[in-house]
Amino acid sequence: MQIPYTLQFINLLAALLLLIAFAMLAQRRILSLINLFAWQGALLALSTFIVAYSTNQHHLYYSAGLTLLLKVLLLPYLLHRLINRLNVRWDVETLINIPTTMLVGIALVIFSFNLAAPISQLAEGITRGLIGIALASVLLSLLMMLTRRKAVSQVVAFLALENGLFFAATSATQGMPLVVELGIALDVLVATFIFGIFFFQIRETFDSLDITHMEKLKDD
Amino acid sequence: MYAVGILPLDVVAWLVQFWIVLGLAALFLQRAPRLITNVIFPLGALASLLLAATGLWALAAPTNIMVLPLGLPDLPFHLRLDPLSGFFLILLGGASFGVSLFGAGYFRSMSGGMLGLLCLQYHLFLVGMTLVLVADDAYMFMVAWETMALASYFLVTTDHAIPDIRKAGYLYLLIAHVGAIAILLSFGVMQGGNGIGAYTFDAMRSAELTSFWSSVAFLLALFGFGAKAGLLPMHVWLPEAHPAAPSPVSALMSGVMLKTAIYGILRVSFDLLGTQLWWWGVLALALGLLTAVFGVMFAAVQGDMKRLLAYSSIENIGLLLVGIGLTLIFHVYGKDALAALALTATLYHSLNHAMFKSLLFVGTGAILHSTGERNMGRLGGLIRRMPWAAMLMLVGVLAISGLPPLNGFVSEWLLLQAFLLSPGLPNSYINMLVPVAAAVIALAAALAAYVMVKFYGVIFLGQPREHALEHAHDAGIWERIGMGWLALACVVLGLAPVFVVGQLDHVSQMLLGAQLGNAADNWIFLAPVDTGRASYSPLYFLLAVLGVMLLASVLVRHLYHGRVRRSDPWDCGFPAQTPRMQDTAEGFGQPIRRIFEPFFKIERDVPSPFDTHPRYHGQSDDRLWYILYLPIKQLTGKLSLLAGMLQHGRIHLYLTYTFVTLVVLLVFV
Repeated sequence: MQIPYTLQFINLLAALLLLIAFAMLAQRRILSLINLFAWQGALLALSTFIVAYSTNQHHLYYSAGLTLLLKVLLLPYLLHRLINRLNVRWDVETLINIPTTMLVGIALVIFSFNLAAPISQLAEGITRGLIGIALASVLLSLLMMLTRRKAVSQVVAFLALENGLFFAATSATQGMPLVVELGIALDVLVATFIFGIFFFQIRETFDSLDITHMEKLKDD
Repeated sequence: MYAVGILPLDVVAWLVQFWIVLGLAALFLQRAPRLITNVIFPLGALASLLLAATGLWALAAPTNIMVLPLGLPDLPFHLRLDPLSGFFLILLGGASFGVSLFGAGYFRSMSGGMLGLLCLQYHLFLVGMTLVLVADDAYMFMVAWETMALASYFLVTTDHAIPDIRKAGYLYLLIAHVGAIAILLSFGVMQGGNGIGAYTFDAMRSAELTSFWSSVAFLLALFGFGAKAGLLPMHVWLPEAHPAAPSPVSALMSGVMLKTAIYGILRVSFDLLGTQLWWWGVLALALGLLTAVFGVMFAAVQGDMKRLLAYSSIENIGLLLVGIGLTLIFHVYGKDALAALALTATLYHSLNHAMFKSLLFVGTGAILHSTGERNMGRLGGLIRRMPWAAMLMLVGVLAISGLPPLNGFVSEWLLLQAFLLSPGLPNSYINMLVPVAAAVIALAAALAAYVMVKFYGVIFLGQPREHALEHAHDAGIWERIGMGWLALACVVLGLAPVFVVGQLDHVSQMLLGAQLGNAADNWIFLAPVDTGRASYSPLYFLLAVLGVMLLASVLVRHLYHGRVRRSDPWDCGFPAQTPRMQDTAEGFGQPIRRIFEPFFKIERDVPSPFDTHPRYHGQSDDRLWYILYLPIKQLTGKLSLLAGMLQHGRIHLYLTYTFVTLVVLLVFV
């Protein structure tokens, strides 16, 4: 069976997305982490654009544009400014060492492909792998949130998680209504602002962005 | 009347909106506190009066229903006004009219900001209670019920700067919510698993429940409404919350809010549940008796006047529940005429209690205002300083003691009549139980009179026990009007029992399909069953009492020699007497404390005779608090510690919880 070029291209992008998710998991430096996040956003925008082109849904063009604007330009810019202001361009400290994390990540990918298999049967056969990839990138982002100590990298992980969800929505199921996408985009933006405020608050309180300090907040 | 197309329910809806507007207006009038007390409260009182009139209208009018365009999508609010609701609206309107007028004077001393907020909460409280009474689906009912609970919570904690009041409010809120959960579950059982549309009361009426599920629903309702009413053992909040609240609020809570619980029990057991079982009645009867005796016993040993009244409310709720239990028993055994008698007695007593208990509570407010003292041991001799308050409260005290020709007598007399007529039930155990119950009722009624002698005697008679009492001033004009209305209601309800019973027949007809009627067939004599058996005419009684008094005074004036010698009374050879040596509240209650000693947890420090600065301390506590509530509290504490172990304060751990939950769900679902 001849798969259309657009779909092959989307499959390629999905693979790249997963690769970037792993790269983020392995990345030790916050600056590179944010750049990777921006690249992921770019891939997402591209894939949305291609879906829009192939299915001829106009609102997906807006969606792609919005993604480009928000996730490739605005959020990375905000995060860059944030780490400059906070002066936290240090190496990321992880709780579990990187190779172990990678192994767990591989296990998660296998798990999510396995899980997505029955769902993909229902979908039109050609998008088979996409749901698995999207689920895997969501779980990988969650794993990254688990294993990082610094608040900034956790937020990047949160945003990457949202990317995974968005990818599942646009590529695998050919798009959500525009209203929903706008809502989600706004949510992410607001969440970033709130996190930004929290960073300052955390640093004010603990003189550090290391969230292990927050254990002190518990009353005994 | 129907030609103009106005239904009683429309009027109720307008009055509710009017109250809300009044409350909101008070928020904007914080700069003008005089305007709030002199205009807003009297206007609210006027609405109360109209509400009572509407209730009276609704008693005879056919049931009307309304679907509000409010609520959730596909789940609108349903309202319904039938004779049962109508009766309780009369109770609510009648009592709150007096209390609101009293409040117009009482709240004068508050600062503007607090006053505006209080006025809003006060009117929301009234709105909540009204909507509870006219709600026709479980959703509306629970919303109104919670509005009522929250508004009253904020009213109780008006003086939230005092830690004890915050504690009392918390206890109240806790028990109110435990009760609300039980009520919600009861509704859930009654709708019989027919989906969300079945939460209207109409659907519940037609739901076919097995006797097991009916019983579950009844027990849950009894527990839930009992928690609000102060039924044993959920009574602990009453003696804490009532003294904490401002007096008009205590009056509304005790006089009216407790009755909404009685309304709920009646609504569920006679209207919503199609079938009743005899043992429900026995259970209600037994619980009611326990509550009544418990309440009056504890009232007898209290030194704080508002606590005393709170315990007295517990007693009266017990009596009401006894009436409900008796109605259930008679109804199940098919003796509907007797059931109507017991129901009439119950409803009549609800109305009476609303009037005289509100009167007494606002009266304590007037005393509190002029003396700043709640402890009866520091009061005394107020009849000379506050003649108005003393006279009006005397009416309330006589009424609550069940003395003819006032209203308390009529309802207790009807209740005892119902007891005396009970032989002839087909269940021999119940036949044996009922005379015992009647004896317990008589004991409770007698003890209640004892409590009231103590209440009135210690506060108003004798000499002032403190010097500060010399400056006590009488109740203001608004306060007098409010108390006067409530006292008038006590007198009128006592003098016109035939009319009242005739109106209550509409309710009996609706719930039981039977009427009490009046066998005497005229308006002077009330004879519940037949004229040969027992009849009562308060008017003749009043005339006889007045005649005897007149005769006595004439005789004394003409026969008495008139020589008066003024000298010191015999002082038992102990010349140095002070007003502090009068019989105190503590001393007056002492015999009761001795007789019922096992029921109290008594804590006393008696000073030695050689102590130069003797201090006496005595406290009678509720054993149930220690037996029942403290273990529950400890258990809750332990469970929350266990739950607290999950919380380490480490975000990674929390994220791991989320992650593991997600993966597990993905695997298994």
